[in-house]
Amino acid sequence: MTDQKRVFPTPIADPDTEHFWSAAKDNKLMIGSCNSCGEKHYYPRGMCPHCGSSDVELVESSGKGEIYSWSVLRRAEPPFAIAYVTLDEGPTMMTNIIDCDLDSLKIGQRVELKFSPTEEENGAPVPTFKPA
Amino acid sequence: MSINGKAYIAGVYEHPTRKAVDKSLAQLHAESALGALADAGLTKDDVDGYFCAGDAPGLGPLSLVDYMGLNLRHMDATETGGSSYVLHVGHAAEAIAMGKCSVALITLAGRPRAEGMATGTAPRNYGSSAPDVAFEFPFGPTVVNMYAMCAQRHMYEYGTTSEQLAWIKVAASHHAQYNENAMLRNVVTVEEVVNSPMISDPLHRLDCCVISDGGGAIIVTSPEIAKSLNRPLVKVLGAGEAPKHQMGGKVDLTYSGARWSGPLAFQEAGVKPNDMKYASIYDSFTITVLMQLEDLGFCEKGEGGKFVSDGNLIAGTGKLPFNTDGGGLCNNHPANRGGLTKVIEAVRQLRGEAHPKVQVPNCDLALAHGTGGSLGTRHGSATVIMARE
Repeated sequence: MTDQKRVFPTPIADPDTEHFWSAAKDNKLMIGSCNSCGEKHYYPRGMCPHCGSSDVELVESSGKGEIYSWSVLRRAEPPFAIAYVTLDEGPTMMTNIIDCDLDSLKIGQRVELKFSPTEEENGAPVPTFKPA
Repeated sequence: MSINGKAYIAGVYEHPTRKAVDKSLAQLHAESALGALADAGLTKDDVDGYFCAGDAPGLGPLSLVDYMGLNLRHMDATETGGSSYVLHVGHAAEAIAMGKCSVALITLAGRPRAEGMATGTAPRNYGSSAPDVAFEFPFGPTVVNMYAMCAQRHMYEYGTTSEQLAWIKVAASHHAQYNENAMLRNVVTVEEVVNSPMISDPLHRLDCCVISDGGGAIIVTSPEIAKSLNRPLVKVLGAGEAPKHQMGGKVDLTYSGARWSGPLAFQEAGVKPNDMKYASIYDSFTITVLMQLEDLGFCEKGEGGKFVSDGNLIAGTGKLPFNTDGGGLCNNHPANRGGLTKVIEAVRQLRGEAHPKVQVPNCDLALAHGTGGSLGTRHGSATVIMARE
């Protein structure tokens, strides 16, 4: 199992992303959605990276997806699993896989959202995933 | 408009140091510049264009221009990480073709060893104003685990193996044994690579490049000046550059920006991948080489593992001799940026000045390719094709 000592740095919100991080405090993972082309994107931002429209909004993800790729950094203390997870809504996002056996991760493995607290008191949690 | 034939590489210099405790960063830049100027047979007063990237201390090019006492009419501090200096060769050729300068100096230097930098295994934060940082930095992205995810996906999609990746290191080590300045001169085997400690699955210690101090410089000149100098003529035939990123979440780790920069360079040069006698391929990790070889068109996508196996990259026996100085994997990766040394070894090959044991016979056409940033997130790719005249 992953070592509970792993400490996540607190993300710094800016005017572009404060709604994303305030939703994270409510355990909601938001993704960008374009009202012009209909495409989803990640990370969320003030314009659609697909069509260029600024008519974008945040929509809540189901928090379900599968591992696109992963790697366990054996040299870290403690070792941890970084991954790209492809959400069922489409976008692929960088994250960590937690609460897992670091030696049994597989591409294609189903995972689900579990927010992890970060080091600063009252800091926003970050969206991590655990095996489904 | 084309740069084909409009500029020549007249001077190159690779700083011999690999650990520069007793030298400043600016000093390493300056010593590299003077070395390349001496190689070309020029002096600093001939330089009228200067190119540098993010490793240059100070505000863009200004502090180093001041330190070296340069008088310029053209400067360019385009920063695309380790690919910058390959990209600068193309930009210098453009500036020369447009008459904006006639002797362009490109420098690189760094001292990550002297400064005790954990280059590959510590997450780097480019500052919270970079829009991606809040969404990535908390998850511990490092150089090595980002490239490891590329390797992991390549293995999944194409059946690439650790043994195939290991052949890239084996080939580099065969070349490095002849380079007295190389950090790692011992020839290694596939078994030694795959049995070296796992750093970040599936990359082993020997899949990774060296961490070295040092630097280098390149002089690009107009045809008239190159032909007035007493050096073999190395002509720039074509250049290409391209960024690749996460595409708004449509992440695909199986290819690099070389897919775009390569064809642009080949088209401008009017040649094909199979015409190359030698290739300098950016080698931060073994997987970097494999992906770029595919993307540049030396083999089909997914066939890189077969292409690099059985010594196919070793000078004298393989079909495509690569990184005959030992590359970043064994020789030198100054400032954690390997693009400039890629150009240098290609020029050595075209001049016939590589080590005799690795010199490619009649090497009249060569490619240098760089990647900067991370294949796992966002990076710049740059390709230059050069010919001996």
